Amino acid sequence: MYRYDEFDHTFVRQRVEQFRDQVERRLSGALSEDEFRPLRLMNGLYLQLHAYMLRVAIPYGTLSSRQMRCLAHIARTYDKGYGHFTTRQNIQFNWPALKDVPDILLDLAEVEMHALQTSGNCIRNVTADQYAGAAADEIEDPRVWCEIIRQWSSLHPEFSFLPRKFKIAVTGAPNDRAAVAVHDIGLRIVRNEAGEVGFQVLVGGGQGRTPVIGAVIRPFLPKRYLLSYLEAILRVYNLLGRRDNIFKARIKILVQQVGAAVFADMVEDEWQQIKDGPVELPAGELERIQAYFAPPPFETLPDADSGFADAQAGDPAFTAWTRSNLAAHRQPGYAIVNLSLKPVGGIPGDATAAQMDAVADLADRYSFGEIRVSHEQNLILPHVRLQDLYPLWQALEGIGFATANIGLASDIIACPGLDYCSLANARSIPIAQEISRRFAALDRLHDIGELRIKISGCINACGHHHVGHIGILGVDKKGEEFYQLTLGGDATDTAALGDLIGPAVSVHKVVDAVETLVGVYLEHRQNGERFLDTYRRVGLQPFKETLYATH
Amino acid sequence: MPLIRSAGNGAGQVVDDPWTLVGDDEPLPENGPVIVTLARWQQDRESLIASGRPLGVRLASDQLAGTIAGDLPHLSLIALEFPSFRDGRAYSTARQLRDRYGFRGELRAVGNVLRDQLLFMHRCGFDAFEVPGADAAAAFARALGEFSVFYQPASDQRLPATRLRPLRSAAE
Repeated sequence: MYRYDEFDHTFVRQRVEQFRDQVERRLSGALSEDEFRPLRLMNGLYLQLHAYMLRVAIPYGTLSSRQMRCLAHIARTYDKGYGHFTTRQNIQFNWPALKDVPDILLDLAEVEMHALQTSGNCIRNVTADQYAGAAADEIEDPRVWCEIIRQWSSLHPEFSFLPRKFKIAVTGAPNDRAAVAVHDIGLRIVRNEAGEVGFQVLVGGGQGRTPVIGAVIRPFLPKRYLLSYLEAILRVYNLLGRRDNIFKARIKILVQQVGAAVFADMVEDEWQQIKDGPVELPAGELERIQAYFAPPPFETLPDADSGFADAQAGDPAFTAWTRSNLAAHRQPGYAIVNLSLKPVGGIPGDATAAQMDAVADLADRYSFGEIRVSHEQNLILPHVRLQDLYPLWQALEGIGFATANIGLASDIIACPGLDYCSLANARSIPIAQEISRRFAALDRLHDIGELRIKISGCINACGHHHVGHIGILGVDKKGEEFYQLTLGGDATDTAALGDLIGPAVSVHKVVDAVETLVGVYLEHRQNGERFLDTYRRVGLQPFKETLYATH
Repeated sequence: MPLIRSAGNGAGQVVDDPWTLVGDDEPLPENGPVIVTLARWQQDRESLIASGRPLGVRLASDQLAGTIAGDLPHLSLIALEFPSFRDGRAYSTARQLRDRYGFRGELRAVGNVLRDQLLFMHRCGFDAFEVPGADAAAAFARALGEFSVFYQPASDQRLPATRLRPLRSAAE
């Protein structure tokens, strides 16, 4: 993992002191709420329906056990004992008092964390594949470049007042787990025909009220040019992105307006001016950062482990969990372990302070002290020996993080919705809770197979409904909660936006509707194909006919 | 409105403003430096140059650096407008004027110029600032002194951490 040096420590502490001064000016009345707003937003502090909410960055989803314990401490000391992991690899605390926020930030700084640029019209917390550095299919570890981007974008003097927020995601593997195609900039580490490693650059993807799949504007960018190329994209956007209408201010609108090819030319023109200039990384800096992401001291182990095989044979519940919650590790004898934060009837992404502490302990015991956060709002222990899986699973059962549902119907992404958010039209969390109860039976859940259900409480799409196999969007109809359903969305390397199936269904019928759609899939499924595959093969019609005949 | 001119070392001085901003329909003053809009510049370019006085152009936030890039040898000052503190286009325009087009005259921030943004502006190449308030010089010094670490090169002389790290290692 990256570790702060004296520069990083100084920077983050100075940022805390700057904010402490701003909070004091607000508390004394020297600043009005209007004047304070842009200042607090630059430190991830929102004012929500009931209270302030502090959004803390977990850069590229990587946490150490020490950092997790600090998050637990914050939840326990300054909040109501829990935190909420979000779709952008952040954690939100829903109940901090304004006067405490500078102290919270100081505690975070001690463990090399911050809340910088988790809101505001700036370059937001950069996100990555949660299996980075562990995945069997990875070309190179994307976190090295995420850390370079994190530093380059921190208080960038030119790009802190962009037309709108700006999100960058990076994947180092061909199987895209970071949803890069629905980001303002998506970066895919690729290998070209000459065997060199570089970036495929996508621009203008996004969700919200105008969902767009990003366009490739450069098939191969040599790695050494990443920062100058990003700077060129951001400069073109900063100068030409719309500022007259907040709903048309994202880069995707600019790219659509001029066309991806013309946009690429504009970037090229700017880039030619600055490439090989001072913005490129100086010699040695890449290697310095790379060294922090060296693999942990893995043991040399065989591919299989007899203890693991015996445990699987003897315990069906463990076996079910290993089917859904493990991913292939690059190192023989190791596995990537997903901890489900989607227990039946639970709130997606929530974790208590006790659970966070327990995860930190398990990370120390079984995963070199490393933890990851996924955009699906789950946690990951990235480096677990096969022989440790059974005791780890038992421990996870004990803290409620062993639900065998990763990638399945009850592994739902949901935004906070009307329970917390001042923008929401409808509730998300109770819908997710009810769906997970309906699909609680493990046999059925596993028989249905991979099914990504994503729920947003309003058109801003924080719950990623556009890219859900089943997407659910809350809308307000004359004061009543209704839900629009979309089918066929996909956030991966085969990215697609969901198709609207028809009129919205009422809050009382939305969970039945999901069950009906799953029924149609099971009826048409061939050869063990996934829901998404069946949908792509048979199209909307059979789903639509059955849904509206039934409801 | 007080005008702060950056004096190096993170300090700023309140200075008298010798420049006159001339509206599009106003006659030019007898003599002295004048700032005109882009429209007036484009219309009266030849006569303004012929007048021999110091000249400045004020660009609205949607007027790009490229529109006056060819005229820079005639200009001693460019004022860039921040119609709202949220409109950050002038940061990029400033950087292009300094780095791409090599403008070395006064680059002045005007409009909704907030103290909390002075450091960003300074880093992007601005060296003069119209800032409200009697304590503008103190606010300027304070704003520029809040950070000592920077993570990216910009249009200023501050060395980013990426450049300082190897120097420190070499010294050790």
